[in-house]
Amino acid sequence: MNDIFSNPVLAKALPEAIVETLQMVGISAFFTVLVGLPLGVFLHVTAPGGLRPMPVTNRIMSDVIVNITRSIPFAILMVALIPLARLLTGTSLGPVAASVSLSIGTIPFFARLVETSLRDVHHGKIDAAQVMGSTKMQVINKVMLRESLPALVAATTTTVVTLVGYSAMAGLVGGGGLGKLAYNYGFQRFDVTVMIVTIVLIIVLVQVIQLVGERISRSLDHR
Amino acid sequence: MITVTDLRKVYRQGKKEVVALDGVTLSVPKGSIHGIIGHSGAGKSTLVRCLTLLDRPTSGSVSIDGTELSSVRASEIRAARRRIGMVFQHANLMDARTAAGNVAHPLELVKTPKDKIRAKVAELLSLVGLEGFENAYPSQLSGGQRQRVGIARALAADPDVLLCDEPTSALDPATTDEILDLIQDLTRRLQLTVLIITHEMNVVKRVCDSVSLLSKGRIIEHGALKDVAGNLESKLAKALLPLPASEPLKGALQGGTVLEILFAGDNAKEPVLTSVARHFDIDLNVLAGSVETLGGQQFGHLRVQLAENADADAVLAYLHQRGIGAKVAAANTPASDPLELDSAESDAAEANAAEFNDVTGRNS
Repeated sequence: MNDIFSNPVLAKALPEAIVETLQMVGISAFFTVLVGLPLGVFLHVTAPGGLRPMPVTNRIMSDVIVNITRSIPFAILMVALIPLARLLTGTSLGPVAASVSLSIGTIPFFARLVETSLRDVHHGKIDAAQVMGSTKMQVINKVMLRESLPALVAATTTTVVTLVGYSAMAGLVGGGGLGKLAYNYGFQRFDVTVMIVTIVLIIVLVQVIQLVGERISRSLDHR
Repeated sequence: MITVTDLRKVYRQGKKEVVALDGVTLSVPKGSIHGIIGHSGAGKSTLVRCLTLLDRPTSGSVSIDGTELSSVRASEIRAARRRIGMVFQHANLMDARTAAGNVAHPLELVKTPKDKIRAKVAELLSLVGLEGFENAYPSQLSGGQRQRVGIARALAADPDVLLCDEPTSALDPATTDEILDLIQDLTRRLQLTVLIITHEMNVVKRVCDSVSLLSKGRIIEHGALKDVAGNLESKLAKALLPLPASEPLKGALQGGTVLEILFAGDNAKEPVLTSVARHFDIDLNVLAGSVETLGGQQFGHLRVQLAENADADAVLAYLHQRGIGAKVAAANTPASDPLELDSAESDAAEANAAEFNDVTGRNS
């Protein structure tokens, strides 16, 4: 146990690695929700039988963009997106650059979760809202999003947890964070202490995210 | 006043055309309740969706106090919809909103000031008997209370027409009566025009002033409740005043003619059977009967077996002379669903038969 506190790597690099991981997860979670939520709403609303059916556009968005992006393994997508990250952030290294590929990797995933959550809003509620004279935007904002809020929070939680996992992978290709620490020191230099501490930290991080997410989701659920 | 004229709705299923509504015409005056009754598949749901413009009718028109709804442009549909308040079978409340929040919903859509919303919501909740439940979520309310919130919400935009789609089909008998009484009370107080779509004869019996029978997208019978109930030939009368199956009695009167007799209004009060017995000096037996008060009038529907020696034609003439509906009953009347219209529908009818019997039995 003494080892943990006297380990020079942990003392020097751990705080920075934690900050980097939180940065990566935070930035990419923000952009994932920012883009993925409207995309999910769009996919749901334009589906056949939806509020504003647009069969062709929906097909293209759903099959081409979302499914193709989702079918590329994240490790490959990450490497493939390095040029884009450099274009957007000016560098291919560090947590900010890694957030680009992290966001692009999770946006389609999150959009699908949003779409599924919206689909679970009972159709009678949409009818009721339309009959009382709602505009389509009012139906989306006041009924679809509001009624599925508990599910949307749960979907966000799942996405953030996924991002923690992806962020560790991003560490391998220059993203930094706990993933890099575990790989460089724990794996390459056989430092078991570093490995264990990193793993425990990641588990704790996931647990905290899950717990907070569930709490919020439950407090919003009046069903 | 709501007027529906020659409303047609045709759906396309692949290359096949399905006629869901085949020229529905009806009109309901202000302050009265009209029931539309029919089996599953008769076109009730389609009619509701066309009246609320959730579906555009293929042709025909819907108008409220002379304002045409079905011709309005898409942008005007929303304003038109606010003239119709709708009550759903399962209330369809927003789970994330409290009772007050649900009633406020239609008002929020048109940017009503907050204090006005608060006053209106309080007024509506007390109107439907839900004072003190402002902050309850739908999950904390009973089915009947949820439906009351649904009614308050439907009235929030001060509509002219209240459209109720199976408003009591998910409720127990006692709650059903409470909700129906509430709808009737509100109709009188607010001078609403009310359309109730239902498959329960009990609903029609309890609150409706007039009724239409919808079958295969057409209205095949309609009229004031007291008129249709007094017509021995009408399917609605058979459903409103159902008789249980009965065999002609063996024994004393074996072989005698079986008559069906329908008393309406003042005739129901007269001791007709005994006067027939005295006048013709014959015996008769009541095989089955049903007595109801419908639309404020008394009705009696009897199946009577005459003695073998009786002159059935003379008895019929005697009854007709007194303005009483009477005819020779079919030899052995089966206890079929009175609204069953042909064999093609019999599957749906069978499924509903139990329900009908239950409902009618409950009310009598």
